[in-house]
Amino acid sequence: MDFTVSILLGTFLLSIAALFVFIWSLSNGLFGDGTAAATEIFAANELGRVEDPAATAVQKGGLQQAMGDASSSQMAAADAEARARADQSTSLVVGVTLTLAVVWLVLASLAGLVSSIKLHAPDWWVHYEWLTFGRIRPIHLNLVAYGWSSLAGIGVAIWLIPRLLKTELVGAKYALAGGALWSIGVFAGTVAIAMGYSDGLEWLEYPWQIDILLVVGGALVGIPLWLTLLQRKVRHLYVSVWYIGAGLLWFPTMFLIANWPGLHFGVQQATMNWWFGHNVLGLWFTPLGLAAAYYFIPKVLGKPIHSYNLSLLGFWGLAFFYSQVGGHHLIGGPVPSWLITISIVQSMMMVIPVFAVAVNQHMTVLGNFRALIYSPTLRFIVLGAMMYTAASVQGSLEALRAVNTVTHFTHYTVAHAHLGLYGFFSMVMFGSIYFIMPRVMNWEWPYPRLISLHFWLVLVGFAIYFIWLSIGGWLQGLAMLDENKPFMQSVALTLPYLEARSIGGGLMTLGHLVFAAHFFAMGWKFGPSRLGAALLGKPTLARLPAQELAA
Amino acid sequence: MSAGKSFWEMDELRIVTGAMVILGGATALLVVMPYLLLKNVPPPAALKPYDGEQLAGRQSYIANGCVYCHSQQPRDIQQAPDAKRGWGRASVAGDYAYDTPHLLGTMRTGPDLLNIGARQPSKDWHLGHLYQPRAYTPGSIMPSYPYLFVVRKGTASDGETVVNLPPPFAKPGEVVIAKPEALALVSYLLSLDRTYPALAPLPAPAAKAAAPAKEQR
Repeated sequence: MDFTVSILLGTFLLSIAALFVFIWSLSNGLFGDGTAAATEIFAANELGRVEDPAATAVQKGGLQQAMGDASSSQMAAADAEARARADQSTSLVVGVTLTLAVVWLVLASLAGLVSSIKLHAPDWWVHYEWLTFGRIRPIHLNLVAYGWSSLAGIGVAIWLIPRLLKTELVGAKYALAGGALWSIGVFAGTVAIAMGYSDGLEWLEYPWQIDILLVVGGALVGIPLWLTLLQRKVRHLYVSVWYIGAGLLWFPTMFLIANWPGLHFGVQQATMNWWFGHNVLGLWFTPLGLAAAYYFIPKVLGKPIHSYNLSLLGFWGLAFFYSQVGGHHLIGGPVPSWLITISIVQSMMMVIPVFAVAVNQHMTVLGNFRALIYSPTLRFIVLGAMMYTAASVQGSLEALRAVNTVTHFTHYTVAHAHLGLYGFFSMVMFGSIYFIMPRVMNWEWPYPRLISLHFWLVLVGFAIYFIWLSIGGWLQGLAMLDENKPFMQSVALTLPYLEARSIGGGLMTLGHLVFAAHFFAMGWKFGPSRLGAALLGKPTLARLPAQELAA
Repeated sequence: MSAGKSFWEMDELRIVTGAMVILGGATALLVVMPYLLLKNVPPPAALKPYDGEQLAGRQSYIANGCVYCHSQQPRDIQQAPDAKRGWGRASVAGDYAYDTPHLLGTMRTGPDLLNIGARQPSKDWHLGHLYQPRAYTPGSIMPSYPYLFVVRKGTASDGETVVNLPPPFAKPGEVVIAKPEALALVSYLLSLDRTYPALAPLPAPAAKAAAPAKEQR
């Protein structure tokens, strides 16, 4: 039998078998612990009570009002105490990790802005090798991916672990060492690219000697999760734990295979490159982002997610389908067409887990959209969750041959990549960091208006970035397909759109500077120490005036 | 903890086994299968391995990130008019027999380069174009690479390669000399030529279908 036919037939039979296993496991309750797990993130009698440490006292009042009366739901003092201890157990490692992430974010934004300007000002800053477009662009990508996004995701994940397992973090020192190794790797990798020592593969530019730091660092970061799991005080594992656990296993494995020196060659290396390039988004950033969204949306609102079983369907769907979509990056390339076809099919199948997440999160927020006005955390995260749906559906469509023929090789793809990693992931991280840092620092955000400023700057900046670059990229693709138009026409027509992208990117960078300034202002405990803090535990009590304690 | 639960009822084990089995499947499909399929593809007889200078130039192509704007994978004429732009026939796996790391690329901010050596065989053109792309292609947004050249007053000494720029860009009394890195990079670019037939000659009409379009400037 023909090889292609047999592999397609094999895949088909395997998929049918998997479907039956899936139905069987569902009917036998092997699929998850049902709805009880959905309330596992709340303490006894906490449902109905909102939580957003990023909100001011006034906002908090409004938020609670939007969610209804909560006078009957009151956490027991012991539970509050336990949660404060859980938060306390992660404060050092999370504080360090998130601080590093914010530093990388600022540097990454500047590198991105310089790259963007260089595309319409090609003779600007050309005398320094390290600033040439072909170096500063991968520096931007790697700083965003491995500096900002990974460390933010790791920090948020570590902070979530004790909260999800209702115990204190065990083995924080491993995560601290892992985060340090990781950051050294990011720094060394950036210097290597700047000096021209690149492996030459997109998403895998760091030389393999430096990659060891990220593999070991990534594995070390995972250790506290497994140690803490042994001590867990919850019966059910909430869906966020599934995502975090899988993500922390997936990344070091993939990164190790992808960077193994001397193993990959020629076109095989290209298929490996996009197996990794897409999996790092689907099996690393997406799980961490969704884990955060699945925790914070219900937690802020004080109401469990709409359907717990749907969230597990989303998890397994994402794992299965997302891991096979990488080939769609090579449509029209010199690779076997069965591989491309499988990737296109799985790209379309991604609609299933994406809608599982979208429906679940939308149904949770439904009827409570007023809460977005009052909760800074929710504003970022709900927006990010919506962009996840948008980016994923767009990605599925882009995998179709007809659409891909236009968009492949153009700026349209760049805009799409930013919708995913920025619109979805970074927005969710911003919201999570606004929630987390007051707990870590025992200090409120000093200037709440800066949170709004950050939000609007990045939202407007990103809207300009995405809309104009998408239009420009699409027109570029159409021009390239028109054999009657000289190639240079496809270059010339993108210029206004590339300039618009620089304006959008400039606003985003400005937003990040505001965010970073606010972050460090909090770190140095600037600003008024307002009362009615959201904090729990002793440090807060010590800050309250005596008469209030007496009352 | 989940004392008394069977293996399959423990969430931790479900996560670990499920996650790793699924990743293993995807890896088998997208990494291992292509490995097994392509491992024994012989290099086409007409394709020469890169020489030392060309390999050095390839490193320079990687170091300076040319791949972020230039693909090296012409698409089939049924999908896109790449061949009509002179970029060459659709490439096949054997064309990349000596290409590790692969440089297929994902962007066409500039044109495809898999056959640039056949399309533009002038060394002078390439050197000048690297020094100032807009001297040859008005409206180009390719960066100029002054750091690959030495510019000085006076004349060149023996053994130095002078870049001959078109009039408005050549400054009187000044010479532009290509550094070895620029020469190596151009040597690599000139070696990019996959205009030989993709398939070994077959009886007609298959041979006719596989014949490449004549490369044009």
